[in-house]
Amino acid sequence: MASTAIPRLTAGAPIGGPTRTVHVTVNDVAFEIAVQDRTLLVHFLRDILGLTGTHVGCDTTHCGACTVLLDDRPVKSCTVLAVQADGRKVRTVEGLEAGGKLHAVQEGFTAEHGLQCGFCTPGMMMTSVALLAKNPNPSEDEIRRAISGNLCRCTGYMNIVKAIQHASKASGGAK
Amino acid sequence: MIPPKFDYHAPGTVDEAIGLLQQSPGDAKVLAGGQSLLPLMKLRLAEPKVLVDISRIANLSYVREDGDWLRVGAATKINDLNDSPAIQSRYPLLADAGAHIADPLVRNMGTVGGNVCHGDPGNDLPACMLASGASYKVRGPKGDRSVPAQEFYRDTFVTALAPAEILTEVQLPKAQAGDGGAYLKMERKVGDFAIAAVAVHLRLDAKGSVTQAGIALTNVGPTVIMASKAASSLVGHKPSDADLQAAAKLAAEAAQPTSDQRGPAEFKKGVVKTLAYRALKKAWERAGGKS
Repeated sequence: MASTAIPRLTAGAPIGGPTRTVHVTVNDVAFEIAVQDRTLLVHFLRDILGLTGTHVGCDTTHCGACTVLLDDRPVKSCTVLAVQADGRKVRTVEGLEAGGKLHAVQEGFTAEHGLQCGFCTPGMMMTSVALLAKNPNPSEDEIRRAISGNLCRCTGYMNIVKAIQHASKASGGAK
Repeated sequence: MIPPKFDYHAPGTVDEAIGLLQQSPGDAKVLAGGQSLLPLMKLRLAEPKVLVDISRIANLSYVREDGDWLRVGAATKINDLNDSPAIQSRYPLLADAGAHIADPLVRNMGTVGGNVCHGDPGNDLPACMLASGASYKVRGPKGDRSVPAQEFYRDTFVTALAPAEILTEVQLPKAQAGDGGAYLKMERKVGDFAIAAVAVHLRLDAKGSVTQAGIALTNVGPTVIMASKAASSLVGHKPSDADLQAAAKLAAEAAQPTSDQRGPAEFKKGVVKTLAYRALKKAWERAGGKS
């Protein structure tokens, strides 16, 4: 469900360097926006669009707190330039809820207490959404492999795995 | 951390990309997935003035068997390599390695071409390419040329690629009956470079004799290392378990590790020996070898 209105925004913090106009669809809303070439996708989302659900964790491609879906595949947005997302579709944690109803993955994390401090949760959930879209009925081993690029420093992995299994069952998976 | 300033270009063709590289000799870098380059730029270890993004170029992302070759487009994402039915069913060496490059999220951006061209001895695919006798198709201002993987890696971050050249395709000999391979990697945690890793490719004849062998080592020297003596010790006969162990010992002797945060050099040599033996055994079994 794409919005018909195309918001025209200007770039946020003046970090300097060449700029260009990008067309990016974020959570089904199409944006036409001038960004500096060196703006990272995570800063584009947080500082320019104000979508602060995507977190900056390690800022070195290790932790996965900044995970978003780029054309439906989970990527670490601290290691992607906003210009690399030009013409593409981004989904963030803000885009999971639809019509006041939580996504099955969000329900799963709630039901199974899949978070403690919550810092890794947005990234963890975006990876989970992509996993279940590709493999609706993952084994525990497949879940653990899928989230191996997302770190939880509360080490609450047991409940995170249960949360994803909960979402899988709720969405019709059998295991 | 925000990368230093650069000019970004997203050309639509390889020739256009080469033209852009020629305009800024030495100051321009190819951006494929950016999973190695962007971290280096954020840390100011690399400060290219110009980035040429090749991800918008059509027909650079594919995995297909064609004639005597398996052809992999340079901009193929690592996860697309991993999802390829041909790789999953007939190229166990690549399947093993692809599943252990960085982490699953990085593999959605990182590319095969980036992994083989970066020239970091910790990259996983170069060893696979050396072990299987791959060639790299490269295009530059003077046209196309083919570089054997074995001649590509000159020093740490130094490859045979000229400043205005772009890797377009990786070509591996097509899998046939009697082929087997394995990649074993020891890493401290998911996403880390290898403490050491070993790539093995074997080809057996109908009687179980080894007709071709390739063994290459990741992250135990300034570049990826070909363990040629170890490989040739296996050719021409049906190897016994003792032969595999002797070859693994030769592989460890070819390693040139340095002591660092991943362990002392002697430890790493021991890791190479153990991984080489296990990888040889696995490759041998996958090739249909029976003792």
